[in-house]
Amino acid sequence: MALAFLTAGLASFLIGALAGLATGFGTWRQRPATARVAPFAFSVLGSLLLLVAACLALARPGSVTWNLPLVTLFPCTVRLDPLSAWFTLTLAILSLAVSIYSFGYLRPMEHTRNLGALAFFYNSLLLGLALVFTAANAFFFLSAWEVMAVSAFCLVAFEHEKAETRRAALVYIIMSHAGTAMILAAFLLLAAFAGGTDFATFHLLATKLPPAQQGTVFLLFFVGFGVKAGIVPLHIWLPDAHPVAPSNVSALMSGIVIKCGIYGMARVFFDFYGPPPLWTGTVVLAVGVVTALVGVLYALQEHDLKRLLAYHSIENIGIIVMGFGAALLFRTLGHPNLAAIAMVGALFHTLNHAIFKGLLFLAAGSVVQSVHTRNMEKMGGLIRRMPGTALFFLIGAIAISGLPPLNGFVSEWLTYQALLAGFGTTHSLTRLMFPIAGALLALTAALAAACFVKAFGIPFLALPRSEAAATAQEATPTMRGAMALLAAACFVLGLGATWVIPAFDPITQQALGVPVSPLLVAHGIALQAGTAQSGTVSPAGIALVFLVLAGTTFFLVKRRLRHAAVTTGPTWDCGLPGLTSDNEYTATAFSKPLRLIFSAFYRPNREIRPEYDVSPYYPSVIRFESGIEATFEKRLYDPLKEWIFRLSRRMLAIQAGSIHAYLAYIFVTLILLLLFGVRP
Amino acid sequence: MIATTPVTITAVFFTALVQLLLLLTVAPLVSGLIKTLKARLQIRRGPGILQPYRDLYKLFRKGMVLPDTASWIFAATPYVVFATTAIAGLMIPMISAKAPLGLFGGVLAVVYLLGLGRFFLALAGLDTGSSFGGLGSSREMTISALAEPAMMLAVFTVAIGANSTSLSEIAKVATSSTWHFLAPAQMLAFAALFLVLIAETGRIPVDNPATHLELTMIHEAMILEYSGPYLGLIEWGASIKQLLLMTLLINAFLPFGLHAAWSLGGLLVSLAYLLSKLLVLAVAIVLVETTNAKMRFFRVPDLLAMAFTMAALGLVSTFLF
Repeated sequence: MALAFLTAGLASFLIGALAGLATGFGTWRQRPATARVAPFAFSVLGSLLLLVAACLALARPGSVTWNLPLVTLFPCTVRLDPLSAWFTLTLAILSLAVSIYSFGYLRPMEHTRNLGALAFFYNSLLLGLALVFTAANAFFFLSAWEVMAVSAFCLVAFEHEKAETRRAALVYIIMSHAGTAMILAAFLLLAAFAGGTDFATFHLLATKLPPAQQGTVFLLFFVGFGVKAGIVPLHIWLPDAHPVAPSNVSALMSGIVIKCGIYGMARVFFDFYGPPPLWTGTVVLAVGVVTALVGVLYALQEHDLKRLLAYHSIENIGIIVMGFGAALLFRTLGHPNLAAIAMVGALFHTLNHAIFKGLLFLAAGSVVQSVHTRNMEKMGGLIRRMPGTALFFLIGAIAISGLPPLNGFVSEWLTYQALLAGFGTTHSLTRLMFPIAGALLALTAALAAACFVKAFGIPFLALPRSEAAATAQEATPTMRGAMALLAAACFVLGLGATWVIPAFDPITQQALGVPVSPLLVAHGIALQAGTAQSGTVSPAGIALVFLVLAGTTFFLVKRRLRHAAVTTGPTWDCGLPGLTSDNEYTATAFSKPLRLIFSAFYRPNREIRPEYDVSPYYPSVIRFESGIEATFEKRLYDPLKEWIFRLSRRMLAIQAGSIHAYLAYIFVTLILLLLFGVRP
Repeated sequence: MIATTPVTITAVFFTALVQLLLLLTVAPLVSGLIKTLKARLQIRRGPGILQPYRDLYKLFRKGMVLPDTASWIFAATPYVVFATTAIAGLMIPMISAKAPLGLFGGVLAVVYLLGLGRFFLALAGLDTGSSFGGLGSSREMTISALAEPAMMLAVFTVAIGANSTSLSEIAKVATSSTWHFLAPAQMLAFAALFLVLIAETGRIPVDNPATHLELTMIHEAMILEYSGPYLGLIEWGASIKQLLLMTLLINAFLPFGLHAAWSLGGLLVSLAYLLSKLLVLAVAIVLVETTNAKMRFFRVPDLLAMAFTMAALGLVSTFLF
């Protein structure tokens, strides 16, 4: 049943892609509205079908397999087990909202751009994603992976007339393929050992490999999937590629495309591996902490609204990877219950991040479309011109900052609890990692809150800082509807967390052999960490008490104010006549203290150039420039690039262009392969 | 167990109401106490312990002026700050080891609820469009971000000792006979949390609650445009937050005299203990405030780094003792 819906969903994406292709090659100039509406209608339909399929698969545990009737060299096995279903669910919710949003968002560009082409790549991206999450055969998985990666590349490069876009897309596709090569190598190593390519034959297999190979396979998978997920230091493509795409695509990229890496890690860590060596968990946890911190620190200094959100994706990937690291450690140390809690924290955060990051990108897209800039310093006061968008952005900001009672708080709470319990699991020095990781998670979350005060406060509050911001237009009803959908999901997943947790039972049952809801649900209305003694929380209870207290206070104060004068007056302007937007704090100023405090990390630079006519004491113009060093590019990737170029020049020596030389190479290779490669 | 039968719901409701009233009435008293003690130590007469009550009474009777640049965020913030602080206050054990809303959240929820209030306060600072508001918001978010890891690590040290993040559990374990306050881990965590308390409540040497001088202020800069009942709500919320953090420090580390369950006689004894311990802690705060000068803003990270280091040392010391 679930597979029927899944297949129908896949078919719907395929039809959408073909519709896009048809209109893109043919009639989009004559019928631009058709190119905009028809293919995306199939995206909406496909998302709904996937949603049903995922819910059915989670409700009725067990994995169902089906071979797609495609004529290829290898079986196209599709399997919907609980882990696949969870990621399919994440995809379906996000793509539903983003596809609805696209109707309104794309309207202004329907006469100037080939939306048929966009729709083709958009639908093929969705198709590729759905297949990545459900493919159960290494070759089929890698094919789906390539469909996903190449469609994403074409979508990122959609506005290819800008040099910035072309460069970002190029860096993305190069890094993506370097990652794919590693994944391919890891799969080949596994397949050689298993004698097959079906994921079922890989189950718990990796732990049976010899130790050296086991570590190699683990690292290849971790780095390969890590490139896609954007873990530090493999993240540099992400903040360039996500913002330059159209905003609906950015939402998909940050919300779900990077989750392919997370899905791959989950599949490898909890399906292919049994309890892995201890160092693997340590590495994953440490990488998660570093990723989260580096992501949020760069986000703080970013004043391009969409780049800021992209850096926060890196931060959230870090939080998810931390959960995985803790789960791996617990598994190795023999605590399946704690591993289940950590794993649920990570997987729940995967869904939550898809939802609030999708919401934030959609809201940012509305703003950018209306103000025609991504620079926050040129926005301001938008809460009056775009009240709906502002409200939705605020909800997303509260959720991503991990503040109660929304969904981000729940998954971060689970991660905290798992980390905290980790201290008692071992007596070695490893146990210090857990509370330190927890404290750094607290730092990350607090910095994220600071960043989102800026990201909401500067563009949306106070006075407009530019003409465009002063005349901004509210987003269309379909765009607001899509945002409302995701905002509602933030509330449902936060307040209803206790009713969402049972959906994880089949996942942890399959991966770790323990159902998680008896560990996490207390008295039906609260969450607990293992046992009721170890701490409880109830977002719904908090929200209820909040409503009662705030409501009572509101009522009392309003009654009081009936007898008092409430007037509006100008903000205190220090006696200077008239407050303008020049008096406002800027985003740069807001994040300045943190830039100074973390200057060892940022390596900030600034330049002040006064220009004067008569005397330096009376400058006519002062130019101020400030920035931070792109440390990873400068210190890691530039030397690497240099090294590759130098190596390529060496290679030139044997690439003489002589056909005889090449024939000799082929001959020598053949001999070597015959000698060493062929086993009797 | 809890809140599943009608009887216990009534009990939770009743205890929550008692603790709420206590929070609302004692919080201004503690603020007044600190102000008066500080004045006495500086050989001034001071405004009297009851002055915060008079201030609140006056503020709630006044009208107010709203800045014309502000949006609904500015109007919503006082309610959010007040309500989140009060909920957080109901999650800590105050006069019995059992916190009224302990089921709804432990120490993590308390920290994050205070975070929600601060988030809105910082937005309201930006909402006014004046540079003071932005300045206050920026500094407040910076300091709180740096205080957070130190606070969490100190809290973790305590939570690990009790094997729980539930504050009721922590207080229960802390009142048992196996508890040693003088263990190095506890002492270091206590010291770290005390520094965080100073930073979070905006006291000298981090912030100066007594001035309106723009170069020194943080909290006051954010709320500069508030007046009347809204200002009253925010000031009241701030004093509740101060009481909450002080009570947390007391009942997580020095909970002697705290009764395990709710009973009238036990409550009165616990309350007497709490008030006297609050007095001692207030004296400590006053001594710190009087003997220190306000730090330069960019020295504050050093202070918080010290708190973090102490908390981390506390954790490491669990290996040794």
